[in-house]
Amino acid sequence: MATAGPETEPGGLNIHPMDQFLLQPLFGEELHWFTPTNGTLWMLLTVAAASLLMVAGTRGRALVPSRSQSAAEMTYGFIRKMVEDVTGRAGAKYFPYIMTIFLFILFANVLALIPTSFSPTSHIAVTATLGIGVFLTVTAIGFIRHGIGFLRLFWVSEAPTLALRVVLFFIELISYFIRPVSHSVRLFGAMAAGHAVVKVFAGFAGALGLAAILPIGAIVAMYALELLVAVIQAYIFTILTCVYLNDALHPGH
Amino acid sequence: MEGDIAAMGQYIGAGLACFGIAGAGVGVGNVAGNFLSGALRNPAAAGENTAFFFIGIAFAEALGIFAFLVALLLMFAV
Repeated sequence: MATAGPETEPGGLNIHPMDQFLLQPLFGEELHWFTPTNGTLWMLLTVAAASLLMVAGTRGRALVPSRSQSAAEMTYGFIRKMVEDVTGRAGAKYFPYIMTIFLFILFANVLALIPTSFSPTSHIAVTATLGIGVFLTVTAIGFIRHGIGFLRLFWVSEAPTLALRVVLFFIELISYFIRPVSHSVRLFGAMAAGHAVVKVFAGFAGALGLAAILPIGAIVAMYALELLVAVIQAYIFTILTCVYLNDALHPGH
Repeated sequence: MEGDIAAMGQYIGAGLACFGIAGAGVGVGNVAGNFLSGALRNPAAAGENTAFFFIGIAFAEALGIFAFLVALLLMFAV
């Protein structure tokens, strides 16, 4: 979002829907690559909240779990089962990585729903880092475990003719390299779009006076939907990581 | 009348890009509808296939989000 949108005019929207995504330095005015910004702050809060759930929740290790222990155990069991269902026994080794990704995205998405907060996952820089990280990790795992045999992933040996195999080779190759793009843009797009929609309705509410009850009702409904989307996008990002990991562990068709 | 042809092209292009989202809507509805009709015929098999349902939705909606991204790029980055 390098350039700001059109200037606010009287009678128009009094909140620009894209203003919420601006990165502002926490101290001082200038922005360098190392400047702590509101993005950094909310990512730190995300990590703190995730650590708090898992560390404080499992401290007691009671036989009859407390509420926070239940939440921590259910999250753990849910991801554990997902990893084992999708990747089989071989993938259980990579469970900590996948659990970390899930908790980070889940808490970043949910904390972003606090009014006036900042949403790290609505920035392509954050989601692309996660997506490219998954892509490089999975590719490295594939080559380390299978060597050059990992390239069987692109060679569909069940296809009946050689010409078809060559065509499929290029299709598989393109679809493999588009993965990090779709993986990261899906999360970024879903979060940015949802937050922008809420702010667009908030702009209507400011301009309408007493009739603002209508857009406020719409905001409440959108907010409920956003809560659902926040959890589902974290789930989807994680399960796609598992699917890609499964391709690396068991290449071939 | 103000502005120039390039700005008009940006706005029209961003609006046209939103037609892509209609395709994603059709796709996601198709996935959800087919999952539901399958799940209602055989509820016992529904639970363990929910993951495929979400993966299907994810692939269908990614393309709609690409269209949204094109609209955003036209509005703010070009």
